[in-house]
Amino acid sequence: MRVIMAVVLVVTLMLLSSAAVAEQREFETAAQQQVYYELINELRCPKCQNQTIADSDAPLAKDLRDRSYDMVMAGQSKQQVIDFMVARYGDFVHYQPPMQWSTSILWFAPILVIGFGILAITFMVKSQKQQQVTLSEQEQARLQQLQQGATDDS
Amino acid sequence: MSKTTRLLVLFIPLALFLGMTLFLLRGLFSDPTELSSALVGKPVPEFQLPDIYDTDTLHTEAVLQGQPLLLNVWATWCPTCRAEHEYLNQLAAEGVPIIGLNYKDDSREKAVNWLNTLGDPYQLNLYDEQGKVALEFGVYGAPETFIIDAQGHVVYRHVGDVNERVWEAKLRPLFECLQQGAQPCEL
Repeated sequence: MRVIMAVVLVVTLMLLSSAAVAEQREFETAAQQQVYYELINELRCPKCQNQTIADSDAPLAKDLRDRSYDMVMAGQSKQQVIDFMVARYGDFVHYQPPMQWSTSILWFAPILVIGFGILAITFMVKSQKQQQVTLSEQEQARLQQLQQGATDDS
Repeated sequence: MSKTTRLLVLFIPLALFLGMTLFLLRGLFSDPTELSSALVGKPVPEFQLPDIYDTDTLHTEAVLQGQPLLLNVWATWCPTCRAEHEYLNQLAAEGVPIIGLNYKDDSREKAVNWLNTLGDPYQLNLYDEQGKVALEFGVYGAPETFIIDAQGHVVYRHVGDVNERVWEAKLRPLFECLQQGAQPCEL
């Protein structure tokens, strides 16, 4: 029960925070509304670089929200609005970077790190196993003594 | 494991550390607000905008074609635009063609007044009241200065004020290369 209440609280706060800046908008369908809110929380404000256009109250963020709204209401899909923004402001404007040569490290670095880890561990385990112990004569005698003692006790 | 391989393995963390240091050190000196324009290499967007002095006169993207020129985005509410204005006057006097894009200014009167009192370095001035054309150009602040070639393609975008240092180091070499008009010009 507590968990559910916490979740409800967090979701309400998140909705409130994104509505803090966004203007009152009217939509014809619920789908349009959803696309619009997805867009403004996914597009990054180029002026205030660590905020989405929903978070920012910079005039430019408002312009971009207005444009997103107009395009959504004109029947454009989410991808069309994103393409429009990327064509003008670059990949920077979208919080989901496209997979390119320059961004490939975002996808492959974790795999590489895990791969290196596995390699390192197998290497270490293997080298431990291969260590052959050669005992000197004294040690050999001591070992025999110990084994003898162990069988005598039982 | 032989001694040398063992030594090499031991140096891996140090090498990683040094690599990381270099990478992060570079980050200290890069300016995240300097974004290269998504329009570089592309033709200028189509538009139709009134002249700032006479709103009945409409200009289109054709005014940006025919010769290499600078497109300067400015507004009276922008202090940095005030700072670069003197230098733009100087460039215009040297014969550099500059076209102005007045971006979301407080009022047209204020902008015209600014040009009348501080001097007008622009060959002509586009009046973008709502910033819609600026959005087509990917403008995210003022001042911004685009270098446009004779075919009307965006070659470079400079964010921030144009001053002697920036002009001499970056913009002038590029601009003069375009004026000679042979090889592809890059910064």
